[in-house]
Amino acid sequence: MDINEARTVVTVLGLVCFIAITLWAYSGRARKGFDEAALLPFSEDDLPAQKGGQTKEGNKNG
Amino acid sequence: MQSQTYNYKVVRQFAIMTVVWGIVGMLVGVIAAAQLVWPELNVAEWLHFGRLRPLHTNAVIFAFGGCALFATSYYCVQRTCHTRLFAPGLAAFTFWGWQLVILLAAITLPLGYTSSKEYAELEWPIDILITVVWVSYAIVFFGTIGTRKTTHIYVANWFYGAFIITVALLHLVNSAALPVSLSSMKSYSAYAGVQDAMIQWWYGHNAVGFFLTAGFLGMMYYFVPKQAGRPVYSYRLSVVHFWALIFTYMWAGPHHLHYTALPDWTQSVGMVFSLILLAPSWGGMINGIMTLSGAWHKLRTDPILKFLITSLSFYGMSTFEGPMMSIKTVNALSHYTDWTVGHVHSGALGWVAMVSIGAMYYLIPRMYGKTEMYSTKLITAHFWIATIGIVLYIASMWISGVMQGLMWRATNPDGTLTYSFVESVKASYPFWAIRVLGGVLFLTGMLIMFYNMVKTIAGQKAYDAPVLAPAGAHA
Repeated sequence: MDINEARTVVTVLGLVCFIAITLWAYSGRARKGFDEAALLPFSEDDLPAQKGGQTKEGNKNG
Repeated sequence: MQSQTYNYKVVRQFAIMTVVWGIVGMLVGVIAAAQLVWPELNVAEWLHFGRLRPLHTNAVIFAFGGCALFATSYYCVQRTCHTRLFAPGLAAFTFWGWQLVILLAAITLPLGYTSSKEYAELEWPIDILITVVWVSYAIVFFGTIGTRKTTHIYVANWFYGAFIITVALLHLVNSAALPVSLSSMKSYSAYAGVQDAMIQWWYGHNAVGFFLTAGFLGMMYYFVPKQAGRPVYSYRLSVVHFWALIFTYMWAGPHHLHYTALPDWTQSVGMVFSLILLAPSWGGMINGIMTLSGAWHKLRTDPILKFLITSLSFYGMSTFEGPMMSIKTVNALSHYTDWTVGHVHSGALGWVAMVSIGAMYYLIPRMYGKTEMYSTKLITAHFWIATIGIVLYIASMWISGVMQGLMWRATNPDGTLTYSFVESVKASYPFWAIRVLGGVLFLTGMLIMFYNMVKTIAGQKAYDAPVLAPAGAHA
């Protein structure tokens, strides 16, 4: 196989790979993990647990 | 574990320097813009436009943008991994090393040391220092991910990680050069001719794609949900968004070299991939903006959210404009004109700077044990002044750019050019003056931010939040 065929194969593999990732992302199997991961920024409140200053409404939900 | 705190020190340092370098970089930009209107401002040789312009681009991209990326990535990766930053000594080195790079840039560029590669002007000894700092950054970042206490790696960290890896690759390949001697700052690129041009714009466009896009998208995926108080609109869209950007950005570089010695097919490939890029870009923008769905009222009262959401609107605008400009026939009109400058600033001021400013307003109080900045009113004032500044800047550049393009291509019936070049320069003056005004407004906003930051920090002790074990299986 010459270098140009190798380049073609790599390009096509890239496309196949991307389509596979998309199908996986939109399949039911990925859902649970995604739902968990999406909540990671809210797994703890990052407002300092102390005195003064008002807590912003937006951060209460976290 | 209970008594351990997050490493906020390095985040704090980078956050403060983001504001400082933002002011420096934008001030140099305003001076360069003023030099175009009043050429007498080109005083001593080291303050000429030709030397200040790369100083401006390096300062705003790598000093302002770079510090913002370091600060937010270190913050996001620790908190979403529930672990202290890996290798704290190395993390401190990335701060001091990066400041040294910036300082060396501020000295060597005005002195005229340049490799003449756009956005990679710094000469070889500084390039080596950048490499050392960047590898340390990668060790700290991926080391933190490797020692995480959570099952998943949050999507923002994927974007930050891709940014770190790709910038390392781009920097190493494009900066490959042979010094004239070990005691000389002068070096010659390892590449020649059209290959050199193609590698430069493979670098240049991916610096836009990964430094100025992927990194700041990481920022967006963490700070927009945090400030809005709700998880990202669609996590699976964010995953597809990530991989679509990774698979397409690398190919778009040739659109910088339309109608040059670059083979025609390469130009066409660059154009097609640039057009494809519209899809993932808008996917990401929609994902960010829709995170606010059901909470739109927050936009009315929260100026930090205003910054973040407006940045996404500008991201959407410039990623629509970019693919349009990459179309060869459009490029025939726009290339080498102020339209390009306007496009870049719609991305740089509208997207990169505004998302960074929003993230800094979120971070800075938290670094000092406070819940919000000294004055929310001043944040609102900053927002409106900055927005008006951007609109003035990009609107004037659109008009002057299209005008220049039309004047340059106009011909008389006998085939001679209708206008000489200097006539297009003369016609551009009013728009360049409006640009200075836009730049001054944006800089004024940054000065307000600096004042607000100083008042927020004054009298406060530095604060380091405790590391908490992730609650439950999924967090």
